[in-house]
Amino acid sequence: MATSPVLPKLVGTRVKRREDPRLIQGKGTYVDDLKIAGMQWVAFKRSDVAHGRIVSIDTKAAEAIEGVEAVFTGKQIAEFVKPMPIGTPFPSPEHRVVAVDVVRFGGEAVAVVVARDRYVARDAVDAITVQYDVLPAVVDPEAALEGKPTVIHEQFKNNVAIGPIPGGTGVAPDGSKVDDSAIEKAFKDAEIVISQRMMNQRLAPSAMEPRGVVAHYEAGKGTMTIWSSTQNPHILRTFIAMMNGMGENEVRAIAPEVGGGFGAKINIYAEEYVVAGLSKKLEMPLKWIEDRSEAFVATIHGRDILGYIDLAARRDGTVLGLKMRLIADIGAYNMLLTAAIPTLTMLMANATYAIPAIRVTLTEVFTNKTPTDAYRGAGRPEATYFVERAMDMLARELKMDPAEVKRKNFIPANAFPFHTQMGAVYDSGDYEKALDRALKNAGWEQLKKDRDKAKAEGRLVGLGLSMYVEVCGIGPSASLPTGGWEHAQVTIERDGRITAMTGASPHGQGNETTFAQMLADQFSVPFEHVTILHGDTGVVKQGIGTFGSRSQAVGGAALHMAAGKVKSKMAKFAAALLEAHEDDLVFEDGRISVKGAPAKGRTFAEVASYAYIPVPLPPGLEPGLSDEAFFEPSNNTYPFGCHIALLEIDRDTGEPTLLRLVAVDDAGNLINPLIVEGQIHGGLAQGIGQAMIEEVVYGEDGQLLTGSFMDYAMPRAIDFPRFELDNTVTPTPVNPLGAKGCGEAGTLGSTPAIVSAAVDALSGFGVKHIDMMLRPEKLWRIINGGQA
Amino acid sequence: MIPTHFDYARATSLDDAIARLGASAGGAKLLAGGHSLIPLMKLRLSEPTTLIDIARIPGLSGIMEKDGKIQIGAGTTHHAVATSALLTEKCPALADTAATIGDPQVRNRGTIGGSLAHADPAADYPAILVALDAEIHVKGKGGWRSVKASDFFQGLFTVNLQPDEIIAGVHVKPQKAAAYAKLHQRASHFAIVGVGASLEVSGGKISAARVGLTGASTHALRLANVETALTGQALSDATIDAAAAVAGDGLDDLNADIHASANYRRQMIKVFTKRALDAARARA
Repeated sequence: MATSPVLPKLVGTRVKRREDPRLIQGKGTYVDDLKIAGMQWVAFKRSDVAHGRIVSIDTKAAEAIEGVEAVFTGKQIAEFVKPMPIGTPFPSPEHRVVAVDVVRFGGEAVAVVVARDRYVARDAVDAITVQYDVLPAVVDPEAALEGKPTVIHEQFKNNVAIGPIPGGTGVAPDGSKVDDSAIEKAFKDAEIVISQRMMNQRLAPSAMEPRGVVAHYEAGKGTMTIWSSTQNPHILRTFIAMMNGMGENEVRAIAPEVGGGFGAKINIYAEEYVVAGLSKKLEMPLKWIEDRSEAFVATIHGRDILGYIDLAARRDGTVLGLKMRLIADIGAYNMLLTAAIPTLTMLMANATYAIPAIRVTLTEVFTNKTPTDAYRGAGRPEATYFVERAMDMLARELKMDPAEVKRKNFIPANAFPFHTQMGAVYDSGDYEKALDRALKNAGWEQLKKDRDKAKAEGRLVGLGLSMYVEVCGIGPSASLPTGGWEHAQVTIERDGRITAMTGASPHGQGNETTFAQMLADQFSVPFEHVTILHGDTGVVKQGIGTFGSRSQAVGGAALHMAAGKVKSKMAKFAAALLEAHEDDLVFEDGRISVKGAPAKGRTFAEVASYAYIPVPLPPGLEPGLSDEAFFEPSNNTYPFGCHIALLEIDRDTGEPTLLRLVAVDDAGNLINPLIVEGQIHGGLAQGIGQAMIEEVVYGEDGQLLTGSFMDYAMPRAIDFPRFELDNTVTPTPVNPLGAKGCGEAGTLGSTPAIVSAAVDALSGFGVKHIDMMLRPEKLWRIINGGQA
Repeated sequence: MIPTHFDYARATSLDDAIARLGASAGGAKLLAGGHSLIPLMKLRLSEPTTLIDIARIPGLSGIMEKDGKIQIGAGTTHHAVATSALLTEKCPALADTAATIGDPQVRNRGTIGGSLAHADPAADYPAILVALDAEIHVKGKGGWRSVKASDFFQGLFTVNLQPDEIIAGVHVKPQKAAAYAKLHQRASHFAIVGVGASLEVSGGKISAARVGLTGASTHALRLANVETALTGQALSDATIDAAAAVAGDGLDDLNADIHASANYRRQMIKVFTKRALDAARARA
């Protein structure tokens, strides 16, 4: 008998991403790589004014260009493409996929060209002339709330999209009852109150691959196939079917390789509806690929929440109450999840602290800017930032170590599951452990001495520390309008190889690797024998998608369950072959054998083959080895951690340099620490980017001033020190893997830690808070006696 | 990011490129590394009818020493300048400057000739070349001529170059006591302010000084008042502080944008003049 080599356990080990060789060698297939016979290109004419009434659109010159198939104005498009749907239950103004009468942000589409190739399409776009009656632009969200200088959507008085919505202590879940007594008492009892206006600025997600769509309506079959650079093909299918009056069974949505999403590719965009609708109308395959200039205006932006924060405490550092008045500048329209994102800031106002009374009020306001939606962290970095900065300010005011003020107020490790003032139930946590690990790794006590010494020498060195807790692993279904489960199917093929399908649609998360690790362990077969399929509704029956750090925690759990079902059936076939009881069998090193009698066994492939040619068919069994599972978690997961930043500011120029970034993250059980570190690195890059160099800036006329990477800083390796990572492990009870999710964590703690470090560095100049980004001139002004 | 239609031709020699330029009646543009031109074309801010590719003209790139000067071919990439052993030894400030341009991708494609011809107001090379008193060698139908760097940059994206002329190379004298210091714009890594400084020292005194400024104005400038404040003075902290203190004085209409106000730039001219002078002094 040939003996199998011993297979190592893979879960928990640093397996290199199997996706990478193809991706880094340019062998991936992206939307733009697709070619279909007869395919034409789509291009959009976009508004160059932020707010204006369309007086006229002249398309004659464009139509006359050789190779132009058709030109459509917004009015013509509206005849066959419905207005944009949204995914939240909030009131929303009519939003045409292509503007009909009024444009409300610079970059909004006003006309569409279909042409032979991309170059002709662009020439035709340039040949279209649009006349606007330019209207005043609303850029400042607080002015917007006074209806100044104008109101964007008539039926939304003072540009108020939603709110003010109250939440927190004393507020009934449906908002019907608001009792202020607890929050009022907290502030009455306070010995110290910290009050600060803080801006969490607007960012451009900027995936390496811009968006793109190919739609192919096959009139003969009455079916639509749509390829899109999306994070969630199943949700795309639902909306494309709905918008085109088709059944979901008649639409196939495919996400091929997706070059980054960062939340911005959750949304279903106007371009997807237009390209699909046009393909159906013209009965031809069509392609649209976003260019980088378009991506800055036509892909959603993130963040842009203004917070008025009040923190009530006793002089010993005990926090008594927290008030947050939030104003979310959501841009010109509601997109799929726009309205819901700032509610996550509300939800996470409790942070890692046992704050006895919290009151958050949220107002969302329309402005003449690109709409916002989910961007890595999506609402939670904002909450973390507001609370952590306020806690840091409290510590500074009390001349206490921020680590100790935070420790004093932690939700204790024995209090989980913990019901927050905001209605969340934190699944598990040990915040003190993460804090202690970070303090130890950073050498906090020595670091404080080093900082003091550097300051005494005249250097502007600062230390910042931030805790965070986020809501991840989204579901259950109550937390998502699309449903909060995930789906998986596992098939053992006739030769013993494994094909698994996941409804999670990874686009950089490495789930082809982590899911294969799990299945290889679960069946004890070689890693190379497992293939993970995803991103195609024609292949994967059902799914939700990858966002909210959910693919491993929810998608992985579904896969684990589906595999368990198949394994149990396979054991029955093996039991029949081996004339043993299925409970006595072990799956080990590519064999299924009787426990304690390894010679009495068959190879995995032999048992698989038997399941497909079952002669004889064991009683009570159907042939074949394939099963599926839908997994819905009982709750979200709440990963947490502690980030510490050491920063120095150049006294002459105000330039900040990040010297150290120490991160301890707790994402529960880790399937692949190497991939988790990669996810943390990416998150940190974007969190540090927000603190230090990234900011979307608009002029007073609503013109985007950061419309290219010449002016919008994409963080690069040169902007970072070597990250110092570590982790603690507090498994979640809400899924069988104990995994919490790690995709967004890096964007939460790093940002406030850096800003607190900058304030610490400049504390000698009397500054208490600095709004992001840490523009050198801003810091230089503080050093030279001016205001932040 | 889709350019208008254009034709493409690869020039086989400098004269071939000059002939093609002349024949295009102003519609053609020279393509070297393409790191200024291609982005402009993709934004349709530049719509040349023809691109004349000069990147593979034999002899147009490379760095060598001849007749007491270091000659840098126009087609030499920033990376090649940054890593040149000859420059590192004999004119380190120029290699240092190249190393601060953009990012690795830009440095591996962009060329010194392309950067000078484009003359972005925030480009790095102009400040150091002014300080090094470099000569820019150009060739046209009428033959060769040489232009001092301080006379080459004339205005916003405007240089002393005729429509049918091509930059062939840059000549600098070996000069150790020179340095470039810049304030990086974090998105583009162009200079918010960049200062190049070169000192000639004998017997503890500054016998000559040249200081060039980029990023602050429409084009690179010589800071004559700083040079005057240095020349003939003892090489000392006090001299440098006094000279840096007047840097930028008298300059009007400084650039202002989202990255830096005119006032901040004005102060940074002083800071980076001092840094460049200190670094040049350390090499003297």
